Amino acid sequence: MSFFGMTKILLTSLFRRPATRLYPFEVRAPYPATRGSIGITVEKCILCGICMKKCPAMAIQVDKPSRRWAIDRLRCVACNYCVDVCPTKCLTMKPEYAAPTVTRDTEPFTIPPPAPKPAAG
Amino acid sequence: MSKRTIIPFGPQHPVLPEPIHLDLIVEDEKVVEAVPSIGFIHRGLEKLVDKRDFLDYVFVAERICGICSFTHGMSYCIAVEEVMNLPVPERALALRTFWAEIGRIHSHLLWLGLMADAFGFESLFMHTWRLREKVLDIYEETTGGRVIFNVCKPGGIRRDVTDEKMRDYAKVLNDLEPEIREINNVFMNDKTVHHRMCGVGVLSAADALKLGCVGPVLRATGVAQDMRHLNYAWYSQVNWKPATRTAGDCQARCEVRIDEIYQAIDIVRQIAGKMPAGEIACKVPGTPNGEYFVRTEQPRGEAVYYIKANGARNLVRFRIRTPTFANIPALVKALQGCDLADVPVLALTIDPCISCTER
Repeated sequence: MSFFGMTKILLTSLFRRPATRLYPFEVRAPYPATRGSIGITVEKCILCGICMKKCPAMAIQVDKPSRRWAIDRLRCVACNYCVDVCPTKCLTMKPEYAAPTVTRDTEPFTIPPPAPKPAAG
Repeated sequence: MSKRTIIPFGPQHPVLPEPIHLDLIVEDEKVVEAVPSIGFIHRGLEKLVDKRDFLDYVFVAERICGICSFTHGMSYCIAVEEVMNLPVPERALALRTFWAEIGRIHSHLLWLGLMADAFGFESLFMHTWRLREKVLDIYEETTGGRVIFNVCKPGGIRRDVTDEKMRDYAKVLNDLEPEIREINNVFMNDKTVHHRMCGVGVLSAADALKLGCVGPVLRATGVAQDMRHLNYAWYSQVNWKPATRTAGDCQARCEVRIDEIYQAIDIVRQIAGKMPAGEIACKVPGTPNGEYFVRTEQPRGEAVYYIKANGARNLVRFRIRTPTFANIPALVKALQGCDLADVPVLALTIDPCISCTER
């Protein structure tokens, strides 16, 4: 039974660097595996819409006629499922979190039309 | 006879971030009876199972709880795998056990911190959570998330961890162990802590069994019941035995959890020493048809999962009995006759997770 069990820990931490960082002046580097936000390589997207169907949070909208791929960053739960199911691997998980925002907008991307196939022969 | 008064406790109370309401019937300073009511954060997650594909539902299952999220996802996957008779690779099972035990360490450190906060020991609370950060870092480095991991899927896991990294994590925990011991000595030996926890909320083994207690609350009364004995995941390959105490009071529950932290570190060490090689997931052909009960040991106690499928992409029925739900009757029993000032400490010793309970 003791009374001052914490004293040693407290004295040690008194003369130690703070356990916390001086955020926002010092930002922790994310781990490479961190699920931060979804990125898209627009050139590779074929607008198949599998990511939209599979997204558990219904954060992705794919509109084939207008060639638009859009993501609602505030709905996205960064589960990585769209990245797993994407057939062309055009979606990637970036370790950086999405930037803070004050509006509930979706972030649209325009998918360029596929390059014409070279003529046979 | 003194006058009886009803004092409402919760759903918003400084000691609990989660909403449970207790009507405390008090005579002078003694609680005579406690009437619990839940239902403030019911989200209907069980019902959602008939709207989502059975492969997608694992993301919802993980979100049932923010602390034992890994075990929730794993239990759902085990249920689906058992219905479909999937040959889950050994490596996936080993990594699942690793993550489940890391979750136990982080959950118990979180609880110890909250406990210190509940009896007003702020510096102890901060230091406990400082140590927990390192455990969360392991989670983030391996799964990509600190709270929700999304690494389990029916048939295996989504991300691999190299054997070398596993040994690194075992070393991180080895280095962390002396620091955890130092903090835990305060919980075990400090007179201030004992003053708040020893002899408070005593529950006998007979009462605990009769009321259907689970987890550390049951083991603190001397009953060595732990669902890891059912050898799901990779628990058959590691040596461990349930931590028990016999006093049945708040201090005993605290000591059981402290012992489980060391035990979890030891299990991680064992897994890192003999990681099986091979694939991390198997193919999931077709759809499930049948029903299954899974019992898993979460940090808070035994969780029961039931699924029923009829061969469609959606499951027909999904039911979860979470550990906190099983421990609420024990809490009500333990509250009878305690001091009003001890109610927050006592309510916290069952490690209540109300969002689990209400799903």
